[in-house]
Amino acid sequence: MEITNFTRAFDEKAGLFLVILPFPTKAGDKSSHFFCGNIYNMLFHIKRSVENQLKKVWSYMGMEKKKKSEKVKIPSWVWLLISFAAALVVWTILSIIPATSRSFPNIIVTIQQIPVMIERGVLFTDIASSLISVICGYLIGFAIALPVAILMAWYLPVRNILQPWIVFIRNIPPLAYVPLIVIAAGVGRKPQIIVIAIATFLTMCITIFQGILNIDNTLIYAARILGASDKDIFVRVLAPASLPFILTAVRLGAATALTTLIAAESTGAMAGLGMRIRSLNSNYDTKPMLLYIIIIGIIGLVVEKLIIMAERKLTAWQETRKV
Amino acid sequence: MAEEVENKPKIQIRDLCKVFKSRDREVVALKDINLDIAENEFLTVVGPSGCGKSTLLNIIAGLFPPTSGMITLDGREIKGIGRERGVVFQQYALFPWLTVIKNVCFALEMRGFSKEDAEKEAIKYLDMVNLVEFKDHYPKELSGGMKQRVAIARAYAAEPEILLMDEPFGALDAQTRTQLQVELLNTWEKEQKTCFFITHDVEEAILLGQRCIIMGTHPGRIKRIVDIDIPYPRGPEVRLTPEFNELKNLLWSEVYTEFLENRK
Ligand SMILES: Nc1ncnc2c1ncn2[C@@H]1O[C@H](COP(=O)(O)OP(=O)(O)O)[C@@H](O)[C@H]1O
Ligand SMILES: [Mg+2]
Repeated sequence: MEITNFTRAFDEKAGLFLVILPFPTKAGDKSSHFFCGNIYNMLFHIKRSVENQLKKVWSYMGMEKKKKSEKVKIPSWVWLLISFAAALVVWTILSIIPATSRSFPNIIVTIQQIPVMIERGVLFTDIASSLISVICGYLIGFAIALPVAILMAWYLPVRNILQPWIVFIRNIPPLAYVPLIVIAAGVGRKPQIIVIAIATFLTMCITIFQGILNIDNTLIYAARILGASDKDIFVRVLAPASLPFILTAVRLGAATALTTLIAAESTGAMAGLGMRIRSLNSNYDTKPMLLYIIIIGIIGLVVEKLIIMAERKLTAWQETRKV
Repeated sequence: MAEEVENKPKIQIRDLCKVFKSRDREVVALKDINLDIAENEFLTVVGPSGCGKSTLLNIIAGLFPPTSGMITLDGREIKGIGRERGVVFQQYALFPWLTVIKNVCFALEMRGFSKEDAEKEAIKYLDMVNLVEFKDHYPKELSGGMKQRVAIARAYAAEPEILLMDEPFGALDAQTRTQLQVELLNTWEKEQKTCFFITHDVEEAILLGQRCIIMGTHPGRIKRIVDIDIPYPRGPEVRLTPEFNELKNLLWSEVYTEFLENRK
Protein backbone atom coordinates (compact mmCIF):
# COMPACT_ATOMS: atom_id res chain seq x y z
CA MET A 1 0.00 0.00 0.00
CA GLU A 2 2.94 2.15 0.54
CA ILE A 3 3.80 1.78 -3.06
CA THR A 4 0.39 3.09 -3.98
CA ASN A 5 0.92 6.09 -1.75
CA PHE A 6 4.13 6.91 -3.45
CA THR A 7 2.60 6.46 -6.82
CA ARG A 8 -0.22 8.76 -5.91
CA ALA A 9 2.13 11.35 -4.57
CA PHE A 10 4.11 10.99 -7.72
CA ASP A 11 1.08 11.18 -9.99
CA GLU A 12 0.18 14.55 -8.54
CA LYS A 13 3.39 15.98 -9.76
CA ALA A 14 3.80 13.70 -12.72
CA GLY A 15 3.31 16.52 -15.14
CA LEU A 16 6.32 18.39 -13.83
CA PHE A 17 8.36 15.25 -13.51
CA LEU A 18 7.74 14.03 -17.03
CA VAL A 19 9.30 17.19 -18.36
CA ILE A 20 12.45 16.46 -16.42
CA LEU A 21 12.64 12.79 -17.32
CA PRO A 22 14.53 12.27 -20.57
CA PHE A 23 12.78 9.00 -21.39
CA PRO A 24 9.07 8.21 -21.66
CA THR A 25 7.42 6.55 -18.64
CA LYS A 26 4.19 4.73 -18.11
CA ALA A 27 3.14 7.03 -15.34
CA GLY A 28 -0.51 6.61 -15.94
CA ASP A 29 -0.45 2.86 -16.36
CA LYS A 30 -2.05 1.64 -13.14
CA SER A 31 -1.65 -2.02 -14.14
CA SER A 32 2.09 -1.86 -13.67
CA HIS A 33 1.95 -0.34 -10.22
CA PHE A 34 4.52 -2.65 -8.74
CA PHE A 35 7.15 -1.99 -11.34
CA CYS A 36 6.44 1.71 -11.49
CA GLY A 37 6.18 1.90 -7.74
CA ASN A 38 9.77 0.81 -7.32
CA ILE A 39 11.12 3.16 -9.90
CA TYR A 40 8.87 5.96 -8.72
CA ASN A 41 9.91 5.26 -5.16
CA MET A 42 13.50 5.79 -6.11
CA LEU A 43 12.85 8.76 -8.37
CA PHE A 44 10.62 10.35 -5.79
CA HIS A 45 13.43 10.23 -3.24
CA ILE A 46 15.91 11.70 -5.68
CA LYS A 47 13.43 14.41 -6.60
CA ARG A 48 12.69 15.28 -3.00
CA SER A 49 16.36 15.54 -2.10
CA VAL A 50 17.00 17.73 -5.15
CA GLU A 51 14.07 19.92 -4.11
CA ASN A 52 15.46 20.22 -0.60
CA GLN A 53 18.86 21.14 -1.94
CA LEU A 54 17.29 23.69 -4.28
CA LYS A 55 15.51 25.23 -1.31
CA LYS A 56 18.91 25.57 0.32
CA VAL A 57 20.29 27.17 -2.84
CA TRP A 58 17.52 29.76 -2.83
CA SER A 59 17.96 30.53 0.83
CA TYR A 60 21.71 30.74 0.30
CA MET A 61 21.31 33.20 -2.53
CA GLY A 62 18.97 35.40 -0.54
CA MET A 63 21.06 35.09 2.56
CA GLU A 64 22.06 38.75 2.90
CA LYS A 65 18.52 39.58 3.86
CA LYS A 66 18.29 36.83 6.44
CA LYS A 67 19.78 36.37 9.83
CA LYS A 68 23.06 34.51 10.15
CA SER A 69 21.44 31.61 11.97
CA GLU A 70 19.33 30.89 8.90
CA LYS A 71 22.32 30.53 6.61
CA VAL A 72 22.33 27.10 5.03
CA LYS A 73 25.52 25.59 3.73
CA ILE A 74 25.27 23.87 0.39
CA PRO A 75 27.30 20.66 0.33
CA SER A 76 29.99 20.54 -2.32
CA TRP A 77 28.45 17.58 -4.15
CA VAL A 78 25.33 19.65 -4.77
CA TRP A 79 27.44 22.38 -6.31
CA LEU A 80 29.08 19.72 -8.45
CA LEU A 81 25.65 18.54 -9.57
CA ILE A 82 24.58 22.09 -10.36
CA SER A 83 27.80 22.69 -12.27
CA PHE A 84 27.33 19.47 -14.22
CA ALA A 85 23.73 20.30 -15.05
CA ALA A 86 24.73 23.78 -16.20
CA ALA A 87 27.42 22.27 -18.43
CA LEU A 88 24.83 19.99 -20.03
CA VAL A 89 22.59 23.00 -20.63
CA VAL A 90 25.41 24.97 -22.25
CA TRP A 91 26.35 21.95 -24.34
CA THR A 92 22.74 21.52 -25.50
CA ILE A 93 22.50 25.20 -26.40
CA LEU A 94 25.75 24.95 -28.37
CA SER A 95 24.38 21.94 -30.23
CA ILE A 96 21.30 23.96 -31.25
CA ILE A 97 22.92 27.23 -32.31
CA PRO A 98 23.63 26.81 -36.05
CA ALA A 99 27.10 28.32 -35.90
CA THR A 100 28.32 25.84 -33.30
CA SER A 101 26.07 22.85 -33.93
CA ARG A 102 28.60 21.23 -36.26
CA SER A 103 31.36 21.31 -33.65
CA PHE A 104 29.10 20.31 -30.77
CA PRO A 105 26.84 17.38 -31.65
CA ASN A 106 24.26 16.87 -28.95
CA ILE A 107 24.69 14.63 -25.93
CA ILE A 108 22.75 11.66 -27.18
CA VAL A 109 24.53 11.55 -30.53
CA THR A 110 27.86 11.85 -28.79
CA ILE A 111 27.11 9.05 -26.35
CA GLN A 112 25.94 6.88 -29.24
CA GLN A 113 29.48 7.09 -30.57
CA ILE A 114 30.71 4.89 -27.73
CA PRO A 115 29.38 1.62 -29.22
CA VAL A 116 30.33 2.83 -32.69
CA MET A 117 33.95 3.34 -31.74
CA ILE A 118 33.99 0.06 -29.81
CA GLU A 119 32.68 -1.71 -32.88
CA ARG A 120 35.43 -0.16 -34.96
CA GLY A 121 37.77 -1.74 -32.44
CA VAL A 122 39.59 1.46 -31.58
CA LEU A 123 38.11 2.93 -28.39
CA PHE A 124 39.82 0.67 -25.88
CA THR A 125 43.09 0.37 -27.77
CA ASP A 126 43.21 4.17 -28.03
CA ILE A 127 42.60 4.65 -24.32
CA ALA A 128 45.10 1.93 -23.43
CA SER A 129 47.74 3.27 -25.79
CA SER A 130 47.41 6.81 -24.48
CA LEU A 131 47.47 5.70 -20.87
CA ILE A 132 50.63 3.65 -21.45
CA SER A 133 52.41 6.62 -23.05
CA VAL A 134 51.18 9.05 -20.41
CA ILE A 135 52.06 6.85 -17.46
CA CYS A 136 55.50 5.89 -18.78
CA GLY A 137 56.42 9.44 -19.79
CA TYR A 138 55.06 10.84 -16.58
CA LEU A 139 56.93 8.39 -14.37
CA ILE A 140 60.18 9.02 -16.24
CA GLY A 141 59.60 12.78 -16.00
CA PHE A 142 59.01 12.54 -12.26
CA ALA A 143 61.95 10.22 -11.68
CA ILE A 144 64.25 12.79 -13.29
CA ALA A 145 62.53 15.90 -11.91
CA LEU A 146 62.80 14.95 -8.25
CA PRO A 147 66.59 14.45 -8.02
CA VAL A 148 67.31 17.34 -10.41
CA ALA A 149 65.12 19.69 -8.36
CA ILE A 150 66.92 18.61 -5.19
CA LEU A 151 70.33 19.12 -6.81
CA MET A 152 69.25 22.54 -8.05
CA ALA A 153 68.13 23.55 -4.58
CA TRP A 154 71.27 22.12 -2.99
CA TYR A 155 74.10 23.15 -5.32
CA LEU A 156 74.30 26.68 -6.62
CA PRO A 157 76.26 25.85 -9.82
CA VAL A 158 73.69 23.22 -10.82
CA ARG A 159 70.95 25.76 -10.23
CA ASN A 160 72.64 28.56 -12.13
CA ILE A 161 73.27 26.37 -15.14
CA LEU A 162 70.02 24.39 -15.31
CA GLN A 163 67.42 26.95 -14.30
CA PRO A 164 67.74 29.11 -17.45
CA TRP A 165 67.56 25.98 -19.63
CA ILE A 166 64.37 24.85 -17.99
CA VAL A 167 62.74 28.25 -18.19
CA PHE A 168 63.78 28.47 -21.85
CA ILE A 169 62.42 25.09 -22.91
CA ARG A 170 59.30 25.37 -20.79
CA ASN A 171 57.98 28.25 -22.88
CA ILE A 172 58.26 26.33 -26.14
CA PRO A 173 55.09 24.42 -27.12
CA PRO A 174 55.96 20.69 -27.29
CA LEU A 175 54.38 20.47 -30.76
CA ALA A 176 57.25 22.62 -32.01
CA TYR A 177 60.04 20.22 -31.07
CA VAL A 178 58.19 16.98 -31.78
CA PRO A 179 59.71 16.62 -35.32
CA LEU A 180 63.22 16.84 -33.87
CA ILE A 181 62.44 14.04 -31.46
CA VAL A 182 60.92 11.87 -34.18
CA ILE A 183 64.01 12.37 -36.35
CA ALA A 184 66.22 11.35 -33.45
CA ALA A 185 64.13 8.56 -31.89
CA GLY A 186 62.10 7.29 -34.83
CA VAL A 187 58.35 6.71 -34.86
CA GLY A 188 56.31 4.58 -32.44
CA ARG A 189 55.98 4.51 -28.71
CA LYS A 190 59.44 5.91 -27.92
CA PRO A 191 59.01 9.52 -29.13
CA GLN A 192 55.60 9.74 -27.41
CA ILE A 193 57.09 8.81 -24.09
CA ILE A 194 60.02 11.17 -24.61
CA VAL A 195 57.76 14.15 -25.39
CA ILE A 196 55.58 13.57 -22.35
CA ALA A 197 58.61 12.94 -20.14
CA ILE A 198 60.18 16.25 -21.22
CA ALA A 199 57.01 18.28 -20.68
CA THR A 200 56.19 16.76 -17.28
CA PHE A 201 59.82 16.97 -16.17
CA LEU A 202 59.94 20.72 -16.81
CA THR A 203 56.73 21.46 -14.89
CA MET A 204 57.51 19.19 -11.95
CA CYS A 205 61.16 20.14 -11.65
CA ILE A 206 60.44 23.87 -11.35
CA THR A 207 57.59 23.31 -8.89
CA ILE A 208 59.59 21.03 -6.59
CA PHE A 209 62.69 23.22 -6.81
CA GLN A 210 60.83 26.37 -5.83
CA GLY A 211 59.09 24.50 -3.03
CA ILE A 212 62.38 23.32 -1.56
CA LEU A 213 63.74 26.88 -1.69
CA ASN A 214 60.74 28.05 0.31
CA ILE A 215 61.28 25.64 3.19
CA ASP A 216 61.55 27.58 6.44
CA ASN A 217 65.23 27.81 7.34
CA THR A 218 64.55 27.90 11.07
CA LEU A 219 63.27 24.32 10.84
CA ILE A 220 66.62 23.25 9.46
CA TYR A 221 68.44 25.27 12.14
CA ALA A 222 66.23 23.79 14.84
CA ALA A 223 67.04 20.27 13.65
CA ARG A 224 70.78 21.02 13.41
CA ILE A 225 70.77 22.44 16.94
CA LEU A 226 69.10 19.29 18.21
CA GLY A 227 72.04 17.38 16.75
CA ALA A 228 70.74 16.26 13.36
CA SER A 229 73.32 15.11 10.81
CA ASP A 230 73.08 16.00 7.12
CA LYS A 231 71.34 12.70 6.51
CA ASP A 232 68.85 13.34 9.33
CA ILE A 233 68.14 16.81 7.94
CA PHE A 234 67.50 15.34 4.53
CA VAL A 235 65.33 12.42 5.57
CA ARG A 236 63.54 13.89 8.57
CA VAL A 237 63.22 17.58 7.69
CA LEU A 238 63.67 18.32 3.99
CA ALA A 239 61.73 15.29 2.77
CA PRO A 240 58.58 15.84 4.85
CA ALA A 241 58.79 19.62 4.44
CA SER A 242 58.86 19.29 0.65
CA LEU A 243 56.14 16.65 0.46
CA PRO A 244 53.40 19.27 -0.13
CA PHE A 245 55.32 20.73 -3.08
CA ILE A 246 56.07 17.31 -4.47
CA LEU A 247 52.37 16.47 -4.39
CA THR A 248 51.53 19.79 -6.05
CA ALA A 249 54.11 18.93 -8.71
CA VAL A 250 52.57 15.48 -9.14
CA ARG A 251 49.19 17.13 -9.76
CA LEU A 252 50.49 19.77 -12.19
CA GLY A 253 52.59 17.13 -13.94
CA ALA A 254 49.56 14.91 -14.52
CA ALA A 255 47.72 17.82 -16.11
CA THR A 256 50.74 18.59 -18.30
CA ALA A 257 50.98 14.95 -19.39
CA LEU A 258 47.42 15.01 -20.69
CA THR A 259 47.69 18.41 -22.36
CA THR A 260 50.80 17.19 -24.16
CA LEU A 261 49.01 14.09 -25.46
CA ILE A 262 48.11 15.51 -28.89
CA ALA A 263 51.64 16.71 -29.49
CA ALA A 264 53.09 13.41 -28.27
CA GLU A 265 50.83 11.35 -30.52
CA SER A 266 51.51 13.46 -33.59
CA THR A 267 54.68 11.38 -33.88
CA GLY A 268 53.14 8.86 -36.23
CA ALA A 269 51.38 6.90 -33.50
CA MET A 270 49.30 3.87 -34.48
CA ALA A 271 46.66 4.45 -31.80
CA GLY A 272 45.85 6.80 -28.97
CA LEU A 273 43.28 9.38 -27.98
CA GLY A 274 45.33 12.25 -29.37
CA MET A 275 46.19 10.43 -32.58
CA ARG A 276 42.52 9.47 -33.14
CA ILE A 277 41.35 13.06 -32.69
CA ARG A 278 43.84 14.18 -35.32
CA SER A 279 42.84 11.47 -37.77
CA LEU A 280 39.10 12.12 -37.22
CA ASN A 281 39.85 15.75 -37.89
CA SER A 282 40.92 14.97 -41.43
CA ASN A 283 37.33 14.04 -42.35
CA TYR A 284 35.62 16.50 -39.96
CA ASP A 285 34.02 13.63 -38.04
CA THR A 286 33.07 15.73 -35.03
CA LYS A 287 30.85 13.25 -33.14
CA PRO A 288 33.55 10.77 -32.11
CA MET A 289 36.00 13.65 -31.82
CA LEU A 290 33.92 15.32 -29.14
CA LEU A 291 33.56 11.96 -27.39
CA TYR A 292 37.35 11.55 -27.34
CA ILE A 293 37.86 15.08 -26.05
CA ILE A 294 35.43 14.40 -23.23
CA ILE A 295 37.20 11.12 -22.41
CA ILE A 296 40.51 12.98 -22.05
CA GLY A 297 38.76 15.48 -19.77
CA ILE A 298 37.27 12.74 -17.63
CA ILE A 299 40.63 10.99 -17.26
CA GLY A 300 42.15 14.31 -16.16
CA LEU A 301 39.37 14.95 -13.68
CA VAL A 302 39.62 11.50 -12.11
CA VAL A 303 43.40 11.67 -11.83
CA GLU A 304 43.27 15.12 -10.27
CA LYS A 305 40.64 14.04 -7.74
CA LEU A 306 42.72 11.01 -6.77
CA ILE A 307 45.84 13.11 -6.29
CA ILE A 308 43.95 15.71 -4.24
CA MET A 309 42.65 12.90 -2.04
CA ALA A 310 46.20 11.68 -1.53
CA GLU A 311 47.31 15.23 -0.73
CA ARG A 312 44.61 15.57 1.94
CA LYS A 313 45.74 12.35 3.52
CA LEU A 314 49.47 12.87 3.38
CA THR A 315 49.70 16.55 4.26
CA ALA A 316 46.85 16.98 6.72
CA TRP A 317 49.38 18.53 9.11
CA GLN A 318 49.72 21.61 6.95
CA GLU A 319 48.83 24.95 8.49
CA THR A 320 47.28 26.40 5.35
CA ARG A 321 46.42 24.67 2.13
CA LYS A 322 46.98 26.13 -1.28
CA VAL A 323 43.97 25.72 -3.55
CA MET B 1 76.70 35.36 43.10
CA ALA B 2 80.28 36.05 44.17
CA GLU B 3 81.27 32.45 43.80
CA GLU B 4 79.86 32.20 40.30
CA VAL B 5 81.77 35.25 39.10
CA GLU B 6 85.00 33.67 40.34
CA ASN B 7 84.34 30.54 38.27
CA LYS B 8 86.04 30.32 34.94
CA PRO B 9 83.46 31.70 32.50
CA LYS B 10 81.47 29.18 30.51
CA ILE B 11 81.19 31.56 27.58
CA GLN B 12 83.63 34.35 26.86
CA ILE B 13 82.91 37.04 24.31
CA ARG B 14 85.70 39.46 23.34
CA ASP B 15 85.42 42.54 21.07
CA LEU B 16 82.72 40.88 19.07
CA CYS B 17 81.28 42.74 16.07
CA LYS B 18 78.67 41.72 13.55
CA VAL B 19 78.01 43.65 10.36
CA PHE B 20 75.26 42.68 7.95
CA LYS B 21 76.07 43.74 4.42
CA SER B 22 73.32 44.10 1.90
CA ARG B 23 73.65 45.46 -1.63
CA ASP B 24 73.24 49.14 -0.82
CA ARG B 25 74.14 49.45 2.86
CA GLU B 26 75.75 47.97 5.92
CA VAL B 27 74.05 47.41 9.27
CA VAL B 28 76.29 47.25 12.32
CA ALA B 29 74.16 44.87 14.34
CA LEU B 30 76.72 44.40 17.15
CA LYS B 31 79.76 46.48 18.04
CA ASP B 32 82.51 45.66 20.57
CA ILE B 33 80.58 43.21 22.68
CA ASN B 34 82.51 41.98 25.74
CA LEU B 35 80.76 39.55 28.01
CA ASP B 36 81.49 36.64 30.32
CA ILE B 37 78.76 34.16 31.08
CA ALA B 38 79.41 31.96 34.11
CA GLU B 39 78.53 28.30 34.30
CA ASN B 40 74.90 27.79 35.41
CA GLU B 41 74.25 31.51 35.35
CA PHE B 42 70.80 32.82 34.45
CA LEU B 43 71.39 35.84 32.27
CA THR B 44 68.59 37.98 30.91
CA VAL B 45 68.83 40.47 28.06
CA VAL B 46 66.60 43.49 27.49
CA GLY B 47 66.78 46.29 24.94
CA PRO B 48 64.76 48.02 22.25
CA SER B 49 63.93 45.95 19.20
CA GLY B 50 66.61 45.98 16.53
CA CYS B 51 69.47 46.34 19.03
CA GLY B 52 70.94 42.98 18.08
CA LYS B 53 69.66 40.71 20.85
CA SER B 54 68.67 37.93 18.45
CA THR B 55 71.89 38.40 16.50
CA LEU B 56 73.97 37.90 19.65
CA LEU B 57 71.96 34.80 20.56
CA ASN B 58 72.38 33.35 17.07
CA ILE B 59 76.13 33.88 17.21
CA ILE B 60 76.33 32.10 20.56
CA ALA B 61 74.21 29.30 19.08
CA GLY B 62 76.68 29.11 16.20
CA LEU B 63 74.10 29.77 13.49
CA PHE B 64 76.44 32.31 11.91
CA PRO B 65 79.93 33.58 12.76
CA PRO B 66 80.79 37.06 14.06
CA THR B 67 82.36 39.53 11.63
CA SER B 68 85.24 40.04 14.03
CA GLY B 69 86.12 39.22 17.63
CA MET B 70 86.24 36.03 19.64
CA ILE B 71 83.65 33.84 21.23
CA THR B 72 84.62 30.78 23.22
CA LEU B 73 82.78 28.02 25.03
CA ASP B 74 84.76 26.31 27.80
CA GLY B 75 87.83 27.99 26.34
CA ARG B 76 87.29 26.63 22.82
CA GLU B 77 86.23 28.87 19.99
CA ILE B 78 82.63 28.43 18.86
CA LYS B 79 82.75 27.33 15.24
CA GLY B 80 79.21 26.23 14.60
CA ILE B 81 76.12 24.62 16.00
CA GLY B 82 76.49 22.18 18.90
CA ARG B 83 74.06 20.05 20.83
CA GLU B 84 75.33 21.46 24.14
CA ARG B 85 73.65 24.74 23.17
CA GLY B 86 69.87 24.46 22.91
CA VAL B 87 67.73 27.17 21.36
CA VAL B 88 64.10 28.09 21.88
CA PHE B 89 63.13 30.21 18.89
CA GLN B 90 60.76 33.14 18.89
CA GLN B 91 58.77 31.50 16.06
CA TYR B 92 58.57 28.11 17.85
CA ALA B 93 60.18 26.24 14.91
CA LEU B 94 58.20 23.07 15.59
CA PHE B 95 58.11 20.46 12.85
CA PRO B 96 54.55 20.81 11.56
CA TRP B 97 54.45 17.26 10.17
CA LEU B 98 55.20 15.72 13.57
CA THR B 99 52.80 15.40 16.49
CA VAL B 100 53.65 17.05 19.80
CA ILE B 101 55.25 13.92 21.23
CA LYS B 102 57.12 13.17 17.99
CA ASN B 103 58.59 16.67 18.07
CA VAL B 104 60.03 15.92 21.51
CA CYS B 105 61.10 12.45 20.38
CA PHE B 106 63.09 14.07 17.57
CA ALA B 107 65.41 15.61 20.17
CA LEU B 108 65.66 12.33 22.08
CA GLU B 109 66.34 10.23 18.99
CA MET B 110 69.14 12.62 18.05
CA ARG B 111 70.63 11.78 21.45
CA GLY B 112 70.57 8.11 20.55
CA PHE B 113 67.31 6.92 22.09
CA SER B 114 65.50 4.17 20.23
CA LYS B 115 62.02 5.02 18.96
CA GLU B 116 60.26 3.16 21.82
CA ASP B 117 62.48 4.56 24.58
CA ALA B 118 62.12 8.05 23.17
CA GLU B 119 58.30 7.82 23.37
CA LYS B 120 58.50 6.86 27.04
CA GLU B 121 61.11 9.49 27.89
CA ALA B 122 59.26 12.23 25.98
CA ILE B 123 56.28 11.97 28.34
CA LYS B 124 58.55 13.22 31.13
CA TYR B 125 59.33 16.42 29.25
CA LEU B 126 55.73 16.93 28.12
CA ASP B 127 54.64 16.54 31.72
CA MET B 128 57.05 19.33 32.64
CA VAL B 129 55.08 21.72 30.40
CA ASN B 130 51.67 20.16 31.16
CA LEU B 131 51.00 18.97 27.64
CA VAL B 132 50.74 15.21 28.06
CA GLU B 133 47.09 15.17 27.05
CA PHE B 134 47.92 16.96 23.79
CA LYS B 135 50.70 14.58 22.86
CA ASP B 136 49.03 13.33 19.69
CA HIS B 137 48.02 16.74 18.35
CA TYR B 138 49.72 18.41 15.42
CA PRO B 139 51.26 21.86 16.02
CA LYS B 140 48.59 23.52 13.87
CA GLU B 141 45.99 22.43 16.40
CA LEU B 142 47.73 24.20 19.30
CA SER B 143 47.61 27.78 20.57
CA GLY B 144 50.76 29.89 20.38
CA GLY B 145 51.43 29.35 24.07
CA MET B 146 51.11 25.60 23.75
CA LYS B 147 53.42 25.57 20.75
CA GLN B 148 56.05 27.42 22.73
CA ARG B 149 55.70 24.94 25.57
CA VAL B 150 56.33 22.10 23.15
CA ALA B 151 59.37 23.98 21.86
CA ILE B 152 60.65 24.34 25.43
CA ALA B 153 60.03 20.67 26.15
CA ARG B 154 61.88 19.76 22.96
CA ALA B 155 64.83 22.01 23.84
CA TYR B 156 65.01 20.46 27.33
CA ALA B 157 64.81 16.96 25.87
CA ALA B 158 68.11 17.58 24.11
CA GLU B 159 69.61 18.11 27.61
CA PRO B 160 71.80 21.05 26.59
CA GLU B 161 74.30 22.65 28.97
CA ILE B 162 73.29 26.09 27.78
CA LEU B 163 69.76 27.15 26.97
CA LEU B 164 69.39 30.10 24.61
CA MET B 165 65.91 31.58 24.56
CA ASP B 166 64.73 34.37 22.26
CA GLU B 167 61.65 36.04 23.73
CA PRO B 168 60.11 32.64 24.34
CA PHE B 169 57.13 33.94 26.29
CA GLY B 170 56.61 37.08 24.20
CA ALA B 171 53.50 35.82 22.48
CA LEU B 172 51.77 34.34 25.53
CA ASP B 173 48.91 35.72 27.58
CA ALA B 174 49.79 37.05 31.05
CA GLN B 175 48.52 34.00 32.90
CA THR B 176 50.27 31.37 30.81
CA ARG B 177 53.38 33.51 30.84
CA THR B 178 53.48 33.67 34.65
CA GLN B 179 52.91 29.94 34.82
CA LEU B 180 55.76 29.22 32.44
CA GLN B 181 58.06 31.69 34.19
CA VAL B 182 57.47 29.85 37.46
CA GLU B 183 58.03 26.49 35.77
CA LEU B 184 61.24 27.73 34.22
CA LEU B 185 62.47 29.12 37.55
CA ASN B 186 61.68 25.87 39.36
CA THR B 187 63.43 23.83 36.71
CA TRP B 188 66.50 26.05 36.77
CA GLU B 189 66.66 26.08 40.59
CA LYS B 190 66.46 22.29 40.67
CA GLU B 191 68.83 21.48 37.88
CA GLN B 192 71.00 24.46 37.05
CA LYS B 193 71.84 25.26 33.47
CA THR B 194 73.43 28.26 31.85
CA CYS B 195 70.53 30.35 30.53
CA PHE B 196 70.66 33.21 28.07
CA PHE B 197 67.17 34.64 28.02
CA ILE B 198 66.05 37.51 25.76
CA THR B 199 62.89 39.37 26.69
CA HIS B 200 61.23 42.69 26.00
CA ASP B 201 59.57 42.57 29.42
CA VAL B 202 61.66 44.26 32.13
CA GLU B 203 59.74 42.52 34.93
CA GLU B 204 60.39 39.14 33.38
CA ALA B 205 64.10 39.97 33.16
CA ILE B 206 64.21 40.76 36.91
CA LEU B 207 62.05 37.85 37.99
CA LEU B 208 64.18 35.26 36.22
CA GLY B 209 67.74 36.46 35.96
CA GLN B 210 70.78 36.73 38.19
CA ARG B 211 72.14 39.44 35.93
CA CYS B 212 70.42 41.55 33.32
CA ILE B 213 72.13 42.94 30.25
CA ILE B 214 70.70 46.18 28.90
CA MET B 215 71.50 46.66 25.25
CA GLY B 216 71.41 49.81 23.15
CA THR B 217 71.06 50.46 19.43
CA HIS B 218 73.01 52.25 16.70
CA PRO B 219 75.27 50.44 16.93
CA GLY B 220 74.04 47.40 18.86
CA ARG B 221 76.06 47.30 22.07
CA ILE B 222 75.91 46.41 25.76
CA LYS B 223 74.89 49.53 27.63
CA ARG B 224 74.90 48.29 31.15
CA ILE B 225 74.87 45.08 33.17
CA VAL B 226 72.76 45.07 36.32
CA ASP B 227 73.09 42.47 39.11
CA ILE B 228 69.73 41.22 40.32
CA ASP B 229 70.38 40.49 44.00
CA ILE B 230 67.12 38.81 44.85
CA PRO B 231 67.61 35.44 46.51
CA TYR B 232 66.27 32.24 45.01
CA PRO B 233 63.92 30.45 45.20
CA ARG B 234 61.84 33.13 43.60
CA GLY B 235 58.17 33.15 42.79
CA PRO B 236 55.72 35.62 41.30
CA GLU B 237 55.30 37.22 44.75
CA VAL B 238 58.83 38.67 44.34
CA ARG B 239 57.18 41.40 42.27
CA LEU B 240 55.73 42.87 45.45
CA THR B 241 59.08 43.46 47.18
CA PRO B 242 60.76 46.93 47.27
CA GLU B 243 64.01 45.60 45.71
CA PHE B 244 62.04 44.39 42.74
CA ASN B 245 60.44 47.77 42.23
CA GLU B 246 63.75 49.58 42.58
CA LEU B 247 65.31 47.37 39.93
CA LYS B 248 62.28 47.72 37.75
CA ASN B 249 62.54 51.53 37.84
CA LEU B 250 66.25 51.36 37.13
CA LEU B 251 65.95 49.02 34.16
CA TRP B 252 62.92 50.72 32.80
CA SER B 253 64.55 54.16 32.81
CA GLU B 254 67.63 52.73 31.08
CA VAL B 255 65.53 51.15 28.35
CA TYR B 256 63.37 54.23 28.07
CA THR B 257 66.28 56.67 27.68
CA GLU B 258 67.60 54.36 24.98
CA PHE B 259 64.22 54.53 23.31
CA LEU B 260 64.19 58.33 23.51
CA GLU B 261 67.72 58.58 22.06
CA ASN B 262 66.60 56.36 19.21
CA ARG B 263 63.82 58.68 18.27
CA LYS B 264 66.17 61.60 17.75
N1 LIG C 1 70.14 38.41 8.29
C1 LIG C 1 70.20 39.76 8.42
N2 LIG C 1 70.55 40.52 7.35
C2 LIG C 1 70.61 41.85 7.44
N3 LIG C 1 70.35 42.55 8.55
C3 LIG C 1 70.00 41.87 9.67
C4 LIG C 1 69.89 40.43 9.65
N4 LIG C 1 69.51 40.02 10.88
C5 LIG C 1 69.38 41.13 11.63
N5 LIG C 1 69.68 42.25 10.91
C6 LIG C 1 69.68 43.61 11.40
O1 LIG C 1 70.46 43.64 12.57
C7 LIG C 1 69.84 44.44 13.55
C8 LIG C 1 69.61 43.63 14.82
O2 LIG C 1 68.62 42.67 14.59
P1 LIG C 1 68.12 41.66 15.70
O3 LIG C 1 69.29 40.96 16.27
O4 LIG C 1 67.08 40.79 15.12
O5 LIG C 1 67.48 42.64 16.78
P2 LIG C 1 66.56 42.30 18.05
O6 LIG C 1 66.46 40.84 18.20
O7 LIG C 1 67.23 42.97 19.21
O8 LIG C 1 65.23 42.92 17.80
C9 LIG C 1 68.57 44.99 12.95
O9 LIG C 1 68.81 46.30 12.50
C10 LIG C 1 68.30 44.07 11.81
O10 LIG C 1 67.66 44.77 10.77
MG1 LIG D 1 64.77 39.55 18.14
